[in-house]
Amino acid sequence: MSNADILRQNVDSLKSRMGAFFPGERTIFRGNDLHADLNEIDWIDLYVFGITGRRHSAEQLRLMNALWVFTSYPDARLWNNRVAALAGSARSTGNLGISAALAVSEAHIYGRGNGIQASHFIIDVRRRLDAGDSMADCVRDEMSLHGRIAGYGRPLINADERNAPIMKLAHQLNLDSGVHVTLAHALENFLLDNGRNLRMNYGGLAAAFGADLGFSPQEFYHFMFPAFLAGMQPCFIEARQRPEGTLFPLSTKHILYDGVPERRWPKAKEG
Amino acid sequence: MNNEFVRTRIWQEEPELGNEFGTRVARCHGYDVYGEMLGQARWVDMIYLLFRGEAPSTAEADLLETLAVAFANPGPRDLSVHAAMCGGVGGSPSASCLMAALAVGAGELGGGREVFMAMEFWNTCDTDLNTWHSKLNKTPDTKASIWPIPEHPIGFAPHGDIVTTPALQTLECLAKLSPGHRLPWLAENRSSLEKIAGFPLAFSGIAAAALADLGFTPEQGEMLHLLLRLPGAAAHALEQRHHGYKKFPFFKIELNTNQGEDA
Repeated sequence: MSNADILRQNVDSLKSRMGAFFPGERTIFRGNDLHADLNEIDWIDLYVFGITGRRHSAEQLRLMNALWVFTSYPDARLWNNRVAALAGSARSTGNLGISAALAVSEAHIYGRGNGIQASHFIIDVRRRLDAGDSMADCVRDEMSLHGRIAGYGRPLINADERNAPIMKLAHQLNLDSGVHVTLAHALENFLLDNGRNLRMNYGGLAAAFGADLGFSPQEFYHFMFPAFLAGMQPCFIEARQRPEGTLFPLSTKHILYDGVPERRWPKAKEG
Repeated sequence: MNNEFVRTRIWQEEPELGNEFGTRVARCHGYDVYGEMLGQARWVDMIYLLFRGEAPSTAEADLLETLAVAFANPGPRDLSVHAAMCGGVGGSPSASCLMAALAVGAGELGGGREVFMAMEFWNTCDTDLNTWHSKLNKTPDTKASIWPIPEHPIGFAPHGDIVTTPALQTLECLAKLSPGHRLPWLAENRSSLEKIAGFPLAFSGIAAAALADLGFTPEQGEMLHLLLRLPGAAAHALEQRHHGYKKFPFFKIELNTNQGEDA
């Protein structure tokens, strides 16, 4: 018995139930023939099916679509979008710039890092309240574990313009009163009533919708991956159309140095 | 007149006369990079200076340079280099090959995240075997995170039975060079730690001890580990670009058509 046995068992072969490409014949996608069984599927339906293995109703898919649409901001000042735009300004490629911008979207204070914690939190609070715990206990434990309440508060401004439109659409789709979304609003009121000036942000509301749609935190994390994508391409394109290097040019006057004063390099420093 | 600023303790620039976008002098932590360091400083001096804010001693520079040689190429079997070669073989841009190597080499199996966590272990345990025992046997942190819950003792090789010869050679060489106390202690107590962990010491564990001995924080160590392993990924990606996809493994597939819901 060797710890390497598991490697030997997997040499030269991919064992998969997700799918396979048979060159010149067909492609299987989670048990379905992509070009026959799934030939009319919407891309978002396929995307979520790929993540969860489950299909969703037309109303649910419209809500998912809107969850992405309402956070697609073509503003190159935003940190992740700025990466895409800087790539355009520096005359790099669109794929490189936008891939990097998506990677940067896995941030702690926004994007995927915030979203996965918010998803864990709302699902956990619901489970604990069902088991008889109080909201105060849940908030206290979350602060103790993570040092914040993911899904509440916002880096630049403590309000979120995306929440009302997504609630309005969810209402039209009759998807606005799920247990997690209702709880997310109750949590916001609890926080505000208890002296914490933390309004629910879009990540928190999206996580609650995700939980009501049946997404686990990992599924929600994967689902939200393209959420900012539609706003990134315009940032890259506009920067690409401007004269090179003219996006946010920084002069030496922009550098606010607060380090040690000028000194001589030690030619032979011994330690 | 600009209203926005980049605040930095690292870098200072003075403009050319009449052009604030042109640099006349650039200083790194006070040292004139192009006027004085160039031609005198080694690459590892600059790396150390950037992160630590001071020039390294000769012993520190020697250790960092030796570490950089040991890390430079994990070899084509390594997951991060494999990823870079996947970029190379299809003719992807060079940056995407390195981005692939960074993404894969960032992980908890021999990657930057493992080095980060192992360095946090050093901060907690230092050279106390009892603390190492409780830390390595502790249930992993359950914080909700983009990172998965670790699946093996941090700093050890889950698929090994004994420490590999290159890992042992690296540890012995670095321990002799180190101006710190962790590498020599690790070399002396490796077997005891391996018994506690149930697995042989991995390169990531050695890297963490070395980077901690150099005074880097876990965040700095993670960055350096990502950075220093890129040369091999780059060279192998270019080699496979030249060889072409017909000479690159594609592997067979065994498709299980039994579908079930995923967690």
